[in-house]
Amino acid sequence: MELFHNHGTRSMRTRRILGVAALTASIALVATGCAGGGSDSGSTSGSGGGGDQTITFIPKQLNNPYTDVVLGGGEEGAKAAGFASSQVVGPLDASASSQVSFINAETQAGTNVIVIAANDPDAVCSSLEEARTGGAKIVAFDSDTNPDCRDVFISQVVAKDVALIQTKLISEQIGGSGEIAILSATANATNQNEWIKFMEEDLKANYPDIKLVATVYGDDDDTKSFQEAQGLLQAHPNLKGIISPTTVGIAATARYLSTSDYKGKVALTGLGLPNEMRPFVKDDTVKAFALWDPAQLGYVAAFAGKALADGTITGEVGDKFDAGDLGEKEVTDGGIVIVGPPTTFTKDNIDDYDF
Amino acid sequence: MTTTVQPTGSGTPTPAASEKRNIIGSVMHLRELPVILALVALVLVTWAINPLFLSPQGVKDMLLNATIVMILAVGQAIVIITRNVDLSVGSILGLVAFGTGTLFVSFPGIPIVAVFILGMVFGALLGAVNGLLVTLAKVPALVITLGTLYIYRGLNNAWAGGTQYFADDRPEAFGNLSVDTVLGFPLITLMAVFVVVIVAIFMAGARSGRDLYAIGSDPDAARVFGIPVTKRVLLAFVANGVLAGLAGVLYTSRFNSVGATTGTGLELDVVAAAVVGGVAIFGGSGSVVGAAFGALLLTTITGALTAVRVDKFWQQAIVGVLILASIVIDRIASVRTARRLRVSEARDV
Repeated sequence: MELFHNHGTRSMRTRRILGVAALTASIALVATGCAGGGSDSGSTSGSGGGGDQTITFIPKQLNNPYTDVVLGGGEEGAKAAGFASSQVVGPLDASASSQVSFINAETQAGTNVIVIAANDPDAVCSSLEEARTGGAKIVAFDSDTNPDCRDVFISQVVAKDVALIQTKLISEQIGGSGEIAILSATANATNQNEWIKFMEEDLKANYPDIKLVATVYGDDDDTKSFQEAQGLLQAHPNLKGIISPTTVGIAATARYLSTSDYKGKVALTGLGLPNEMRPFVKDDTVKAFALWDPAQLGYVAAFAGKALADGTITGEVGDKFDAGDLGEKEVTDGGIVIVGPPTTFTKDNIDDYDF
Repeated sequence: MTTTVQPTGSGTPTPAASEKRNIIGSVMHLRELPVILALVALVLVTWAINPLFLSPQGVKDMLLNATIVMILAVGQAIVIITRNVDLSVGSILGLVAFGTGTLFVSFPGIPIVAVFILGMVFGALLGAVNGLLVTLAKVPALVITLGTLYIYRGLNNAWAGGTQYFADDRPEAFGNLSVDTVLGFPLITLMAVFVVVIVAIFMAGARSGRDLYAIGSDPDAARVFGIPVTKRVLLAFVANGVLAGLAGVLYTSRFNSVGATTGTGLELDVVAAAVVGGVAIFGGSGSVVGAAFGALLLTTITGALTAVRVDKFWQQAIVGVLILASIVIDRIASVRTARRLRVSEARDV
């Protein structure tokens, strides 16, 4: 820690320190920079303006297994829809402001379509506005931005359906009464918060004996979600069930439950990836959970982007566009395109899915 | 820099009469004492409010939560004592954890012991890079390890991409290391305690261990005195790497997934644990036992505040207050020691 103890007079030494510091920093930048594009399949970045249309996906966070499935569908959709090039850029952490610099870079590159899953509905708005001024079309998917700053939003399913299926599953598993808690992603995640709002309404209206005692946030971080699950069970000794409407949260909670005394005593459901949840369904930690096919989300987003860029749709209610293998999709109220209904996974059908 | 190191064997013999008072005095002046008292108070108060906190599952969770940070804090303490710091431990843990996941997938049936050894060797290599850069380039460790923090994380991102390995990919016996208990103590916690004891004995008893304190107190004087400073500092970084590697393997045993972001941000918790545990950030004093207790205290606070349903957002503020408190205590102690030394030396002259 000699930095704190620099005795001032040795300027030669200080200069050398600064030099090496700069060198280290640039090596680090190069190293992380290389990694940033690691998940993209070798496509070149859009040069813009050349007549060829380019599309860029900005997920909430790179290197997230759920996001990878969505983006896989997106790449496939982009190819099928006829984009000249598609790429994926994005932050490594799912924080509110981390996406802004990536949007700005896309604006400068003149990308035609930006597909984004917002970490925060408003934080990305002003930079998206700038991109639109520059001629880009904005497609939100997975997690919506403020409706004013995008052309369409591709939603997995009707938000309410996602909420209702989770309350139904937990009610079945705890016998219709008792204390439950929710373990969500970040405190300001648009999609999770919307589902939680619907779940609260549904619980009040249709399940009077189920009491929601806490909502905690694991920030889509494995370790943090794990410890939040632990804290929930300690703080609420009568807890009978946990709903985790996020793939990271449900897997971490399942891992904790399956390695603790609570296994089989506390029910767990929510939204999970079949591949990640398979062991916990097989060892009876989790009886049933739900999800849609995430790849379709990216796929439809790519086609929506193409239709917007070609000018065949403008994002008005009632606009219809062709979504390749998935047929025709329609823009509904609020500029939302719905992909499909959620699926429930249990011991009996989980082996039929591979994502 | 609050304690001075006496060259071995050159101290003047102490009269037997004052020895007893010295023992009581040294317990009272034990650097680890505040953190141990805080820990005991915390556990008792939390237990009074929520008895579940000390249920068998509660104790197990508390110990398991502390295990990994404890091992990292011990390693960090070794480095900080030499007046250096290693900020890359979170990234080292991430690389080793992902490496561990990869080993089990690529070589099914690989013996668990071999995985532990390979993990520690990998950690040692990464630690050695830090140590070599610090000792050969003679650049402050703060800057070097800040650089390697990003380099190692970048490598992890490039290597892992979106791949994650899950508990299911690993043999059950490996995962059970962090599930099974002996007399209520989880196996991996016992491993951590073993590590703390071994390192503590080395730091207190071995000549090279004492050298580390001398280097931290005054590197120039240590060099003049004939201590191989470069070799010892390198040793400290390698030891820290080995422990970070061990922590990475244990992380993989305990948690569900390992991937590109595993261990991100852990370094600050680790440095905080060492500082709260009485390891002076300017080197030369503190102990690895203190650092281990610091880790236990910080992880227990998080668990305790949740158990008594205190808002999450307060937890970080409380950790901050603890860090400041321990630095203030350390500062007061060092001012007092300096004054006492001045007075006694003046008298001796």
